[in-house]
Amino acid sequence: MSLTELIDESAVIVCSGSGGVGKTTIAAVIAIEAAKRGRRSVVVTIDPARRLADALGLDNLTNEPQVVAIPGSQASFSALMLDTAATFDELVHRYSVDSAQAEKILANRFYRNVTGALSGTQEYMAAEKLFALHHDERFDLVVVDTPPTRNALDFLDAPGRLTRFLDHRIYRALTTPTRLGLKIANVAAQTVLKTIGRIVGGDVIADVIAFFQAFEGMEGGFKQRATEVIELLHSDTTHFVLVASPRSDTITEACFFADRLNEQGLRVSGIVINRLYPLFADTSGAAEAPHTSDSPTTTSSEAVGRARGASKRTTDASEQALRDNLSELRGVAVEERAVLAPLLAAAPIASLAEIPLLDHDIHDLEGLGIIGGHLLVDVTRV
Amino acid sequence: MNPLQFFAASRLVVVAGKGGVGKTTVTAVMARAAAECGLRVLVVEVEGKPDLAGLLGNADFTESTKAGYQAQRLVSDLGPESNGSIELCHLTAERALIEYLDQHGFRRVSKRLASSGILNVVSTAAPGIGDLLILGKVKQIERAGTYDLLLLDGPAAGHAISFLQSASGLLDAAKVGPIQAQAKDVVEMLADPARCQVVLVTLAEATPVNELVETAFALEDRVGVALGPVVVDAVDCGCELDEAIAATMGVATLAAAEFRNRRRVVQQAQIARLAVELPLPSLQVPLLLTATVTPADIVRLAEKFIVSINEMVG
Repeated sequence: MSLTELIDESAVIVCSGSGGVGKTTIAAVIAIEAAKRGRRSVVVTIDPARRLADALGLDNLTNEPQVVAIPGSQASFSALMLDTAATFDELVHRYSVDSAQAEKILANRFYRNVTGALSGTQEYMAAEKLFALHHDERFDLVVVDTPPTRNALDFLDAPGRLTRFLDHRIYRALTTPTRLGLKIANVAAQTVLKTIGRIVGGDVIADVIAFFQAFEGMEGGFKQRATEVIELLHSDTTHFVLVASPRSDTITEACFFADRLNEQGLRVSGIVINRLYPLFADTSGAAEAPHTSDSPTTTSSEAVGRARGASKRTTDASEQALRDNLSELRGVAVEERAVLAPLLAAAPIASLAEIPLLDHDIHDLEGLGIIGGHLLVDVTRV
Repeated sequence: MNPLQFFAASRLVVVAGKGGVGKTTVTAVMARAAAECGLRVLVVEVEGKPDLAGLLGNADFTESTKAGYQAQRLVSDLGPESNGSIELCHLTAERALIEYLDQHGFRRVSKRLASSGILNVVSTAAPGIGDLLILGKVKQIERAGTYDLLLLDGPAAGHAISFLQSASGLLDAAKVGPIQAQAKDVVEMLADPARCQVVLVTLAEATPVNELVETAFALEDRVGVALGPVVVDAVDCGCELDEAIAATMGVATLAAAEFRNRRRVVQQAQIARLAVELPLPSLQVPLLLTATVTPADIVRLAEKFIVSINEMVG
């Protein structure tokens, strides 16, 4: 499947990759190109640089989709920035029995910590947001940028992990009314509690207990939702695109991602290599950078030679510098394409797009359009 | 500035920067440069990245150090008197917690606690505790005085703030107890410029520079930690190429020259902007035109880094 087909046919596109490879930008570009091709697309970004909001012409991105018009076309797309805490709050409202239960949870200090500090929460909320938008009639393509974790599976695993967290035997012990439920299994949990209490203080424990007591009865809804989110990630219309830069270390990371996705039965459908040095191919067909026949050492006439020699040496030096520059840039360009090999092998069916390193900054939608132009050109695998 | 004096300015240097700016490369370069000056260097890695040992020329260590909470030697006999060395350790919050529990009278239960996913529980109950445990361990090493320089390859820029803030945050939350004592010690260390500095790494590009400036102000205001010089990674130095001559040499030569010149102009503009927006001395690590950084590259970059320090106006 080519990237163009992917953009035309997917319901969900998940962009994965390590930090700093330009994943957020690529996710935005996919949403823009999809909109230009008639899709009703929305992109969920995670902690984007303010520059992206600027490039999209927005003052700031919020947790709700904002419509962005694409200049020079009738199309528009939507963009939002994941707000982990607000998304979690929505879930609590949805699954609480009544507003009193919701308020009790939202006011709990431990709950505020869960939304801000529990590892995996951001990934889970990204998946949750993706799910909600997928079922939002305004959109038919959701593009999601994933948090920059080392492990792509953190994102896939997050819904399950949160439910396991809520299921933790320590918490079950906590929510079991004391005295009544002192089973043997809980002795260990009690020890743990005492330890935590001694380390961080008793107040914290009181908050934790209050949270889990307030949370009772909601786990079912959360678990059901997590199952649905996981099913969506495995659906035939969900595709994964790996974004990487052409350096051996980030390619290694990307291979790791690809392997883990494969293990889960999820296929990488697209690979985007960002910021490659251009090849500077010789398009004229003529031999490039011909050597001049003279060199400074062969200057014969003393008088003329000395006078002309100085400027000639400069010219020769300039020519040499230019030749060196071309061969250096070509060298790195070739090397960069060579280091991709393991990733191409790890994702055999993925289509490949190469975005060249540009000689100027991207700061507006027009700039993102230039990247989009490169994105839709399928590169033949070597 | 004298390089030895530069590296002796504070015993702990936290290297921080946005993902993809070359933080790990810069950490390796600084470690190598300091060891070349005859210092005993410990590189502390906290995110489980496997590259560092390999970059420092001891790939054999990669496997063992991945689990290596204890420092392991990578290189020795460097510097004018052959007393410079580099060691590496990977600190994890989990291991730091076990050690902490062992040392605070919970030896009997520490292993079981760790395997029960307790860290997730504790760190949710008290955010930042994992970071504090790591910083506590770093402080302990710093205090022991076994090393002349500790280089902490810190978490990515955004997280660097919360990482370093963990101690003062917990100081407010935990009024008594061992965590409070630990937090207090760490806060003291971070606040003392003679003991700790943060070196921020960036590329000479718009977005990383913006983030660096924001992070720098946040660190000074919210954490109160001293900022060392900024390191600009992958700077493409060199004279302007003559495009008029290039035009006579062919299409590709001209395109390559224009490309290189423009990239350099963009970089210089960002370096100039950084200097205006953030009044800190800055050091540069030259661009490597390669897709794979090798230990030999690190050695070469370290030599240039020392030159860069010599030229820096303190």
